[in-house]
Amino acid sequence: MTIAVVTFPGSNCDYDCYKALKDVVGAEAEFRWHRTESLGDVDAVVLPGGFSYGDYLRAGAIARFSPIMEAVVAFAGKGGPVLGICNGFQILCESGLLPGALLRNEKLLFSSHDVHLRVENADTIFTRAYRRHDVLRMPIAHGEGQYYADAETLSLLEGDERIVFRYVDSEGELSHETNPNGSAHAIAGIINEAGNVMGMMPHPERAVEEILGSTDGLGIFSSLVEHLRSGPAAVTV
Amino acid sequence: MSRHRVEVLIQPRPGLLDPEGKVVHHALDSLGFPGIEEVRVGRAIHLEVDAADAEEARRQVDRMCRRLLANPVTEDYEIRIRAETEEERR
Repeated sequence: MTIAVVTFPGSNCDYDCYKALKDVVGAEAEFRWHRTESLGDVDAVVLPGGFSYGDYLRAGAIARFSPIMEAVVAFAGKGGPVLGICNGFQILCESGLLPGALLRNEKLLFSSHDVHLRVENADTIFTRAYRRHDVLRMPIAHGEGQYYADAETLSLLEGDERIVFRYVDSEGELSHETNPNGSAHAIAGIINEAGNVMGMMPHPERAVEEILGSTDGLGIFSSLVEHLRSGPAAVTV
Repeated sequence: MSRHRVEVLIQPRPGLLDPEGKVVHHALDSLGFPGIEEVRVGRAIHLEVDAADAEEARRQVDRMCRRLLANPVTEDYEIRIRAETEEERR
């Protein structure tokens, strides 16, 4: 089993994702440079956080036209699991694999601190290690994380339980104060209709070992790896 | 073929919260500029495009806007064709 971690110019969480997968969860992880046109034989793809292309124009707008993104879109189209974290989430929205967009944070500040997330849907390939309404603690680090979608899209996401994580307080309650960026419906992470592409702004790869202060992010990587071990063969693109 | 100077103005969609515009509005108020109804902050992109005529240049830039320059989910854009370039006038 191989999970590809894509490196764009300006990615800075690629090694954290690689380490979480390889050293903590024990999966085979390999880097893929953004100029590569093929993913090769891989079972899942992670688009890591960072500031690809300096966030010029809009975060993720240039990266989505990187040569490798064509392969990632094809891979996702065939049902291959794709996880986008932070800048990776922005790239997934820009590429149309996930609906909506990520705008400047409501208060225009770059927010870098721990947040609490409530697991809204524990029945996805990325969240099976959790239970519904578990409260997780992990860091955010972004300036453009305000999730936006039109009313129709939001009601579709709500109705189909495609909102996977919401920002809450430590008790798991929603409040305006604990929404760090003004995201619509306090959305921190969503999944596509087919259930194989998830994007989230918080950083689970920075919460996988005690020394990092939290291990609450581990479940995302272990869910994915567990799913791959029990399931389908590699998708070649 | 001639060279056309094209300006693209990109704005956050009306109704969409524009925190940057709000902050600038507040700052202008604090400086004592009266009577500002609203401030929206967008982005301007200037391009020089070779095309058969101005309409063709506009079509090219429209395709660029749809594909890359603007995000259709959150932004509106306006394309303005400026005067011919110096090179063309000669």
